[in-house]
Amino acid sequence: MTEKPIRVLIAKPGVDGHDVGAKVVCRALMEAGMQVVYTGLRKSPEEIAKAARDLDADVVGLSIMSGAHLPLSEKVAESLKAAGVTRAKLLVGGVIPARDRGALEQLGVAAVFGVDATLGDVVSWVRANAGRAA
Amino acid sequence: MSGPKVIWDSGIEIAPVYAPDGAEKPGEYPYTRGIHPQMYRQRPWTMRQYSGFGTAAETHERFLFLIKNGNTGLNVAFDLPTQCGLDSDDPMAEGEIGRVGMAVDTLADMEEAFADIDLNKISVSLTINGSAVAIMGMYFAMAEKRGFSLGELRGTAQNDILKEFVGRGTWIFPVEPSVRLVGDTIEFCAREVPHYSPVSVCGYHIRESGATPAQEMAYGLAIACAYVDHVRARGLDVDEFAQGISFNFDIYGNLWEQIAKFRAGRRLWAKIMKERYGAKNPKAMQLRMIAGGGGAGLTVEQPLNNLVRSAYYALASALSGTQTMALCSYDEAYTIPSEQAAKLSLRTMQILMTEIGACDTVDPLAGSYFVESTTDEMEQRIVQMMEKLDAEGGVLKAIAEGRVQADVNRQAYEHKQRVERGDIKKVGVNCFVDDEKSPDVEFHPYRREEAEKQIARLARVRAERNAAEVDRTLEAVRAAARDGTNVMPSVIAAVKAYTTVGEICGALKQVFGTYQEPVRF
Repeated sequence: MTEKPIRVLIAKPGVDGHDVGAKVVCRALMEAGMQVVYTGLRKSPEEIAKAARDLDADVVGLSIMSGAHLPLSEKVAESLKAAGVTRAKLLVGGVIPARDRGALEQLGVAAVFGVDATLGDVVSWVRANAGRAA
Repeated sequence: MSGPKVIWDSGIEIAPVYAPDGAEKPGEYPYTRGIHPQMYRQRPWTMRQYSGFGTAAETHERFLFLIKNGNTGLNVAFDLPTQCGLDSDDPMAEGEIGRVGMAVDTLADMEEAFADIDLNKISVSLTINGSAVAIMGMYFAMAEKRGFSLGELRGTAQNDILKEFVGRGTWIFPVEPSVRLVGDTIEFCAREVPHYSPVSVCGYHIRESGATPAQEMAYGLAIACAYVDHVRARGLDVDEFAQGISFNFDIYGNLWEQIAKFRAGRRLWAKIMKERYGAKNPKAMQLRMIAGGGGAGLTVEQPLNNLVRSAYYALASALSGTQTMALCSYDEAYTIPSEQAAKLSLRTMQILMTEIGACDTVDPLAGSYFVESTTDEMEQRIVQMMEKLDAEGGVLKAIAEGRVQADVNRQAYEHKQRVERGDIKKVGVNCFVDDEKSPDVEFHPYRREEAEKQIARLARVRAERNAAEVDRTLEAVRAAARDGTNVMPSVIAAVKAYTTVGEICGALKQVFGTYQEPVRF
């Protein structure tokens, strides 16, 4: 097993300070053997894109609890593109109504994990979809 | 002095207090049984639902609705930009203006939100922390302009910045100047607004972030001590200011465990104030609290179950002798409460208060072998945790280094795992699960045009105010921050000149810098 671990950036865009879920997910991914970086609170889309590029992230996960998931995801997706981060899969987790999932997919979000998702759901999805170039 | 007689249907007359001779009575040190001799027989708890969204005008309407339905206080929710000290036209505010609370940029918003509300009758609690000096300054300025005397003004500000570093996250400045600003508000209120509670120390959010009930109380009391130590170092005596420190605790989970926590915490705070700090004024020893919320106990699955949960949580709060109660609404696991959900929370408390006898007698569980034993053991555990915190350098250092955060996060992770494994049972989540999927969450509508209205309003205020006066008052805020004088008088002068929350916090940032979060998980 010399394969490099999957690299995940977990980020808190905007001004929402609720990060229990983000940190719990970080720990679950780390214990699953992945390399995890957490941005901390209140990051701008540009800061998140830069962190994703610096990490050469396979997956970027956004944690959004405030209801601002549509505008924030849109901005982060644009910033990732502008920063040349095209390979990383974008995830969104938090309080997300089912009817917004389609709109998030349109923005390039690969998967959405709501409040009823288990840690196992997140870990298996990331493992299966990290999109590592062979 | 007591309220009307209480006589049960069966003819039994209920005394306000039951206690054998020589036993501790309510209203007596160390206040295990409550801080007032008659408690709810004389005055029921204040009902203060958390509310606020959109613009000041929309929030004003919800306030009137809640008051009309029997809310006896208001607990104001501010949007995240306001809480983080950002104006509505700041790029970081985009998408968040008025979303989780009311947007406040200037005194004009504060004036509109509270128009025609009698601030002597309705006690107002401001859920504001990082930007508390600006928002408290606006509240005081608004009250003065309306003709209320600061010497008589009542109310509470949350203003507990230390817990924001552990959970909730609306910090702005580094730890040390943040505590200094809390100290400025305590000192200012002790002198100028003596009936106002400038701080409500929150074990609540630390618990919601993953702490146990015992830790919630230990961290809460340790943080309160940190503020007391800071203000005493300025030369004030606890008897002058400690009555301004109130508390905010959580009510979800095991009913008996919460009751033991509250009774133990109340007793311990009285002992700490008297024995450690030499308090003589009983008010300085009395732990006054809001015991409410319970958000972390609610589930998005089968959301109507949350109504039932909240009713039990309310019972825990009433049996614990709270001064103020607020309940999370059944839809609050995923959205801002609808008008109907907010009203049901209010009705839950009203039913408890009027129909089932929660106000009949004070501390009805006193003397129960079970409740007294668990209260004692809870107190011992809280004391041990506080001693350990002190031995490791104190709570300020533990928070600045991110140790409290790391501890609480680890517990949140373990809790989530235990729920997923089914070790902790949660109805509708891992047992008694419905076959049908829960209905999709209905969000409180977010109206972009309301956000645009707020930005336009801010632009108008900026254009109409006296720019020279804004510059002059902001310079005075910076000067006070720099030379260590109390910032509150200069902040109040600045808000009266219609400087914005962002400008005031910006001026303070120039002097204090910004908090650098120790990112640990």
